[in-house]
Amino acid sequence: MSQATSNDVRTRLDFAIDRLLADHPPATTEPAAFWGAQFDAGLAWVHHPEARGGLGLSPRWLTHVRERLATAGADQSNVRFNIIGIGMGAATLVAHAPDAMQDRMLRPMFTMEEVWCQMFSEPGAGSDLADLATSAVREGDVWIVNGQKVWTTLAHISRWGMLVTRSDPDAVKHRGLTYFILDMQADGVEVRPLHQITAEAEFNEVYLDDVHVPDDMRLGEVGAGWSVAMTTLMNERVAIGGGVPPRGSGAIADAVAAWTNHGHDDPVLRDHLVELWIEAEALRLTSQRAADARTAGTPGPEGSTAKLHWAELNKDVTTFTMDLLGADGMLYPGGYDLHAPEMGVQPAQTPQKAFLRARANSIEGGTSQIMKNILGERVLGLPGEPRVDKDVPWREVPR
Amino acid sequence: MTMPPPNHRVATEARPSSTIQSLTLTDEQRALRDIARSFLRDRVGTDEVRRIMATDSGHDPAHWAAVAGMGWQAMAIPEEHGGAGYSWTEVAVLFEEVGRAVAPLPLLSTAMATAVLVDHGTDDQRATHLPRISAGDLLVAVAVPVDDAPAPTLVDGRLSGTVRHVVDGAVADLVVIATSDGAVLVATDRTGVSVTPMDVLDLTRPQAELAFDDVEVADADRLAGSADDVVERARIVGAVLLANEQVGLAAAVHEMGVDYATTRKQFGRAIGSFQAIKHLLADNLVALEAARSLAWHAARVLADDDVEELGIAVPMAASRCNETAAKLAADNIQVHGGIGFTWEHDAHLYFKRASSSRLLFHTPSWWRARLARTLDL
Repeated sequence: MSQATSNDVRTRLDFAIDRLLADHPPATTEPAAFWGAQFDAGLAWVHHPEARGGLGLSPRWLTHVRERLATAGADQSNVRFNIIGIGMGAATLVAHAPDAMQDRMLRPMFTMEEVWCQMFSEPGAGSDLADLATSAVREGDVWIVNGQKVWTTLAHISRWGMLVTRSDPDAVKHRGLTYFILDMQADGVEVRPLHQITAEAEFNEVYLDDVHVPDDMRLGEVGAGWSVAMTTLMNERVAIGGGVPPRGSGAIADAVAAWTNHGHDDPVLRDHLVELWIEAEALRLTSQRAADARTAGTPGPEGSTAKLHWAELNKDVTTFTMDLLGADGMLYPGGYDLHAPEMGVQPAQTPQKAFLRARANSIEGGTSQIMKNILGERVLGLPGEPRVDKDVPWREVPR
Repeated sequence: MTMPPPNHRVATEARPSSTIQSLTLTDEQRALRDIARSFLRDRVGTDEVRRIMATDSGHDPAHWAAVAGMGWQAMAIPEEHGGAGYSWTEVAVLFEEVGRAVAPLPLLSTAMATAVLVDHGTDDQRATHLPRISAGDLLVAVAVPVDDAPAPTLVDGRLSGTVRHVVDGAVADLVVIATSDGAVLVATDRTGVSVTPMDVLDLTRPQAELAFDDVEVADADRLAGSADDVVERARIVGAVLLANEQVGLAAAVHEMGVDYATTRKQFGRAIGSFQAIKHLLADNLVALEAARSLAWHAARVLADDDVEELGIAVPMAASRCNETAAKLAADNIQVHGGIGFTWEHDAHLYFKRASSSRLLFHTPSWWRARLARTLDL
């Protein structure tokens, strides 16, 4: 994009943002009403088409919109809370859903009237997602779905779910999958909280028992569920706008606070603290560099390392913070009363809870081991491991 | 399982005000990088590096003249003094390529000397020396102290004492010396100056011991500012450029390891298909890109002359980029196995340069202690 065109886009975008803010001042507008107006102005996700909450622009403008709205004091908690829908579901619907379904679902997703969840992982299909076993059997215009999903964020309050099923067990595993939008209020859908080691239940198990799914809720062709699922996964966090956290924020802030509050002065601990502080900056500046490169249209490998880097660093920092806490590290303030997060309520945070929660960082959204395979094979071009499940019908794969 | 973890706070501010320049390369900078890379590959490949490092001086005047023809010595020198007037950001791009090539060129000394003369030189010194440095006709080294040895004494215009670890000291025409009484320029051919090359770990970057026996120093050769200020300026500029050089070196060994892991077969498979090797190389990619971000950031802060942010950006880059280069160069030997331990293989050229450079301006932990003071930790 030439500089002149880029400036034209910015001018047009700023005009739309100015008008949204003038017509719906964030200070005096209910968040849901503001989000509706934002959607109608095409400012919900500017990289999606017009009349779908977007303006058909490059995703690089997302950050600009988010920053301008943040500066104006607009509540953007919908993006954080309805993250599965806004972060991944919207792009999947835009790419694969019929027009009528997009008209029906996108706006209430963005206004958070309808929360979304994603049902991909299963007890037997974690890193090897394509091995999933939840079955979908077609009976005329309806599919009968049976199985169990797990690690389903927000399922307990979701209206809709993105569901991948096995529709053809005789096909090779990636080719026998079909993708649906599931009505979470349908008969046979049972959601149970999954209590994690922090005592919170951010996630759920979802049991599907003879659930009837109309064929018109299918996205993509029968047997093409894997490519639809890839759309979902590739868009993870794109719509969030690639915000770069401020220097010294996040887990390293807890470590610095623990250092100060406990009056530490040991040179070995100090060296390690500074080492971690630098590492947090290295990650932050790499995220900044990745965002700059996307803006400049010259993305490189710096855009692929953040997940792995962040997960491992967060574990290291939260673990070190426990050392700085000393005996307090043996406590769990607030106790282990099991509870599920509520809509719009940010649960209390302690360094001890952050330490426990960080264990999941290198599992969720792709384990660190899988991330290393991806970096090794797709970025560095190293050969893959020999596969025993290649070209074998799913039904015959040993498991 | 994609909920953002609770302690991952989404930022609302655009970017810290300290980062003004984009952390990307402009088209001009890419062109500079590509030209430097192909020149060094074609003219100063590792066969040539080995030839030069086997010579007594470790320096080849023909190459020095060739890079002067490319304008490399002139880059950081202001146009009024015959230079090209580039910013440190561009100089850092060049240094990344110099590291990639483990090139035995006295560019680090030249850049430090340029910074010292620009900031602490008198008008006469600048007018006399900078045009000649720019043209490649004058080689100036800077003695940056790296141990607790006492500084040479300067009393009544007479210099006595010893400095060690002077990079390029044996080939320099002039040396910047921090004395007990300010910093001075000393010509190495003056009566009373003796220069002894040191037996160094890294043969691509020679060092010398300089002894001064009652050497006469004219007032005209005194630099402005305190000796500490002069040394500090050289150390900061040197550390930033060296961090960028180390990133280029790290990138080169990483690519070398990936290539080898793709072609070397054991147990009937390319060794890069084994996760033990693959994951090591993936981890090192993360480390490399993170180091590059810090090095680029430091170069931009140096170019912007943002004094406050320099106190953070330089220690970060000096600590992390040196650690990363040394680790990746060591891992490259491991990935190569036995062949990587041979003199014939290039892996040791990189390992030695990375490991020696890591200590050139103090250790990574020294820089971390310095950062701790800045951050009041």
